[in-house]
Amino acid sequence: MRILLDKFSKSFGSTRIIEDMDLEVGSGEMLALLGPSGCGKSTTLFAVCGIHRPTSGRILFGDRDVTHLPSQERNVGVVFQSYALYPHMTVEENIGFPLMVKRVAAADIKKQVADIAALVHIGDLLGRRPAQLSGGQQQRVALARALIRRPDVLLLDEPLANLDAKLRLDMRSEIRRLQKETGITAILVTHDQVEAMSMCDRIAIMKSGEIVQIATPSDMYKDPRTSFVASFLGNPPISFLKGRAQQGAFVLGENGLRLPLAALSGIADGTALSLGVRPEHFGTAGGVPVEGRVVFAETQGRENLYDVVLPDGSVLRSIQPVRDDVKPGDSVRWNLDSASTFVFAADGQRL
Amino acid sequence: MAEKPQISSNTTSANFSSLPVILLLGLFSLPLLVMYAYLFVDTISDTEVGSLIPNEFTLRHWSFLWETKTGKPNIWLVTLNTFIFASCITGVILTVSSMAGYVLSRLNVPARGFFLAGVMVLHAFPSVTLIIAIFIVLQWIGLYNSLIGVILVKAAVELPLGIWLMKGFYDTVPWEIEMAGTVDGASRFTVWRRLVLPQIKPAVMALGLFSFLTGWSEFIMPQVLAPGAKVQVLSVYLASLIIDDNNFDFGTFKAVGVFYVVPVLILYVFFQKHLMNIYGGGTKG
Ligand SMILES: Nc1ncnc2c1ncn2[C@@H]1O[C@H](COP(=O)(O)OP(=O)(O)O)[C@@H](O)[C@H]1O
Ligand SMILES: [Mg+2]
Repeated sequence: MRILLDKFSKSFGSTRIIEDMDLEVGSGEMLALLGPSGCGKSTTLFAVCGIHRPTSGRILFGDRDVTHLPSQERNVGVVFQSYALYPHMTVEENIGFPLMVKRVAAADIKKQVADIAALVHIGDLLGRRPAQLSGGQQQRVALARALIRRPDVLLLDEPLANLDAKLRLDMRSEIRRLQKETGITAILVTHDQVEAMSMCDRIAIMKSGEIVQIATPSDMYKDPRTSFVASFLGNPPISFLKGRAQQGAFVLGENGLRLPLAALSGIADGTALSLGVRPEHFGTAGGVPVEGRVVFAETQGRENLYDVVLPDGSVLRSIQPVRDDVKPGDSVRWNLDSASTFVFAADGQRL
Repeated sequence: MAEKPQISSNTTSANFSSLPVILLLGLFSLPLLVMYAYLFVDTISDTEVGSLIPNEFTLRHWSFLWETKTGKPNIWLVTLNTFIFASCITGVILTVSSMAGYVLSRLNVPARGFFLAGVMVLHAFPSVTLIIAIFIVLQWIGLYNSLIGVILVKAAVELPLGIWLMKGFYDTVPWEIEMAGTVDGASRFTVWRRLVLPQIKPAVMALGLFSFLTGWSEFIMPQVLAPGAKVQVLSVYLASLIIDDNNFDFGTFKAVGVFYVVPVLILYVFFQKHLMNIYGGGTKG
């Protein structure tokens, strides 16, 4: 079911957290709300499920206006960051709780709980209490409880934040599998760009209560609208060079690097610019030679990561297939793929 | 679940010998123990005037159990009254404070700050000073010399503490549990009853026990507000035994005292675990 936020605003007292947010999540789509901690992701999510009342604006599920509907009547499933399992109930009672409050017959509940538990692979844990489960198992119970009512909408608030790295990888594909199998519309809140990129159809990237850009993961990676978006996506992260415009070229320092860029035609000379270079676009391939000194090298198994200091002091990151010939302290002359760089104005807007 | 007590009893012996501690505690408690033992011995024996050693066994002092003294109510009626008194107080306090505490802790009610402050002030207020006024009010509305009246008054006086305690315990329950409950479709009442209240069960048990004990040992209120023979409670009965200057009977007084304390001891034995819990922070996992 489609979710639509129309001019949604939320304040706590006099602090405005979200102002006039417009957001549409298509039916059956999984959308990531990505942004740094404290930017209002959870606030948005809690408004969608009815825990917070919007200060103004509308929230629609399908064509139904649910803005003033209490959360009990919205038919949403929520997985909380802390899972919020009921500690005094067994797994079976936890998962069956949404049905129990709907007064479904006990035998029916038992059957449905068994079905959904099998779907999330916790069929053998039904008799345990939450305290007797590992983090990943608690996560699955929380998912099962959110899904058992066959909600119109599934909301996930940083569902993987409390898991260790290996489990996070498993649950990432697990959640995506469940979402696809049930065909449910889902919103995933996360501050981890890898999660957002790998799990979702589209990403809405947020900064202090505003959505900066909405796009598919690959579009957003290839075509970031602001330097904030560019710096948020990608691991290892993008590096920035501070320079100026000069006759349609980006110039670094006095007699330093000079990059003619199509995006800079018509930009006044001397305009302050920042050039974003992803680590994979600085290395052996590419057309513009850049000289510098390696100050940091790190191997990640399959690839090596280098930090290179340019003569003017700015740093470029490079990621390359494993090689043994470069050590920290070495002077290198590597190539920069100028066509894949992004130029941003001083205010962060892409040019 | 039962790990906590075990750990604490094991760790003591791990670092230092507990023997000196036990000896010291024993030494200091000895006078108390002797007093209790002597109290009990006194109730089943007669001692000659001026002597400390009992010289004959007798059940005479315990005769109040099977024969009603002239001018005094039947002991079993009095005991029943005391039970009703203490239990009703417990019921009222538990019901009201578990609900009011939740409201003060979680709901956005108007004048919440005023109520919180009010509860605090009422708790600090010495309630005895109100007793004359209460006496007049009770007489006016016809509840003087009735159990209901004194139950309501005593429960009301104890409520601020109960509400405050419950509010404190509700504050420790994570909000997410409530959010999850409402999203799962439960009404706010169901959320409270089925999800939140179970989290603070140890605190409820402890508050219940405390309330019962306060009710059981309360003297001033029943003495002033319900002294009649039909509604007398044990503390009033006990006091009436020595208030009579002409023929007071210390043997019976002591026997009634022992009789009075036995239910309390039994309760302590059964609820010890919950009592310890309220000091240990209440809820766990
Ligand atoms: N109940 C509340 N009362 C007041 N401020 C709040 C409340 N909930 C969240 N905030 C504030 O709103 C901002 C956004 O919070 P949140 O949506 O939780 O961020 P996040 O993106 O990390 O999930 C934060 O600055 C937070 O302090
Ligand atoms: Mg959050």
